[in-house]
Amino acid sequence: MRIILAAAAVVMLAALAFAAPWLQFVLTLAIAKGFAALGVAVLLRAGLISIGHAMFFAASAYGAAFLARAGINDLGLLLILSVLVSALIGAIAGSFLVRYRAIFFAMLNLAVSMVFYALCAKLYGVTGGTDGLPVPIPAVFGIVFAEPVFKSILFYLSLMLMVLVGLVVHRYLDSPLGHALSAVHSNEIRLEYLGIPVWAVLLIAYTISAALAGLGGAIAGLAIGRVVPDFAFWTASGHLVLIAVLGGIGGVPGAFIGALFLELLHSAAVTVTDAWNLFVGITLIVVIMFMPQGIYGLFERKEAQSS
Amino acid sequence: MSRPILEAKNLRVAFNGVKAADGASIAIHDGEFLAIIGPNGSGKTTLLNICTGYIRPISGSVLLDGNDITRMSPRAIARRGVARAFQIPQLFSAQRVIDNMMLALAAKDGLWSAIRPLETAERRDEAKALLELVGLDGDTDRISSTLPEGHRKLLDIAVALALKPRLLLLDEPTSGVSALERFPLMEALMSALRQRRITALFVEHDMDVVARYASRVLVWNAGNIMAEGRPDEVFGNAQVRERVVGVA
Repeated sequence: MRIILAAAAVVMLAALAFAAPWLQFVLTLAIAKGFAALGVAVLLRAGLISIGHAMFFAASAYGAAFLARAGINDLGLLLILSVLVSALIGAIAGSFLVRYRAIFFAMLNLAVSMVFYALCAKLYGVTGGTDGLPVPIPAVFGIVFAEPVFKSILFYLSLMLMVLVGLVVHRYLDSPLGHALSAVHSNEIRLEYLGIPVWAVLLIAYTISAALAGLGGAIAGLAIGRVVPDFAFWTASGHLVLIAVLGGIGGVPGAFIGALFLELLHSAAVTVTDAWNLFVGITLIVVIMFMPQGIYGLFERKEAQSS
Repeated sequence: MSRPILEAKNLRVAFNGVKAADGASIAIHDGEFLAIIGPNGSGKTTLLNICTGYIRPISGSVLLDGNDITRMSPRAIARRGVARAFQIPQLFSAQRVIDNMMLALAAKDGLWSAIRPLETAERRDEAKALLELVGLDGDTDRISSTLPEGHRKLLDIAVALALKPRLLLLDEPTSGVSALERFPLMEALMSALRQRRITALFVEHDMDVVARYASRVLVWNAGNIMAEGRPDEVFGNAQVRERVVGVA
């Protein structure tokens, strides 16, 4: 039942983008943010809230810009290398951040990401300062397409990656390592007494979550065509937490549901009022009060009732 | 007698001036069921904490198979075949009973096979067999936080058994377990320990349980050993009867 629903949702998204090509950009950005929110959701399973994951989102987008400037002009290669950059930064930052818990973990992530933001904004000669850097349209299998065609290709590639990466992350969360990650939230003492190294479990999760945020950042950079320091600003990190909570952390689709919901809500709300945040705020209040498992929790509950 | 599996020598530990171990030494040999009894606050749980690396003594050493493990972490000691069940059950309370068991089995088998799911038919069967052993086969799919206290205790013991230890440390295994379930649990536990050749050290307040199941009893009082020997010898000691058992 769950697989049928997920497949139907993917087909519907593809059809929607085909029928209304102007939506492709919005949906690509939503999927990109969905990847980053999935990274945040992975850590939320261990009870760790990161208010700094926009750093990895931005690092990967900057990575794509630098790599393009260095002459790497292939979409696949750019995506892979950018994700590796963010995963590497994640592994380095994670090696000391995962020693902390609760508010200390959240604040340290915030602090590190703000240092990164400041560097991006101030190192004008390297990063272009607040103007940022362009991310040129790369070739796809050696062919350079016109911008509208490339944006379509990027959307359908993102959609495909959402399915593939989603399945891989689902497998990871269902593995002993994924269950150990959830168990960190329940009882670290018991994990240690089982002989499981909590630090290593968390470091792997942190690196995976950074790679996911990085994948989102690379897609966003390519979709927008530019990367600016605001990608790493703390409000962007807060936005990712909001998406994860809104969508629900009970399963992989939650992050993408939250991102799609929020992007579409934003797109609709800005046509009515400048105060679109009002809609977002009210929605979040409703979700937290009446749907503590997020929007995805509704599907899970329905499925549990029907079985 | 063979070389001890676990030896604690000249342990000294104090909390705010109160001595939990004051130069005491203990040893447990292969195949023994050593019971540690003593008044509340005498340092029995502290002894288990030291032996499993949770607390480091001020002085003294802990040897496992003759190797010094005094400064090792609980994780490192667990990987050397020492498992523990706690006085207050330490469970993954948000997860199902079966998941608690399967994670323990996976920890033993190799946690790093990240591609295979936690739940395999083989692992589920093994987990169910252990749950059946402690009488929790009816609670397999319950979330462990919803179990009554006695059942949580049983699950904690089953999780420790899932590690297939050589040495099992049990902190008050029958506390919180109903009087009706106490002896059936101990029978099942002892049978599992014998079948799997697991040596056990258990802290216990129920003297009937100690008298029936311990092969040796050690009386711990104010950080020292007050008496030691076979259950009938120890319970025949007037000082022990007066101060620990509560019978003059």
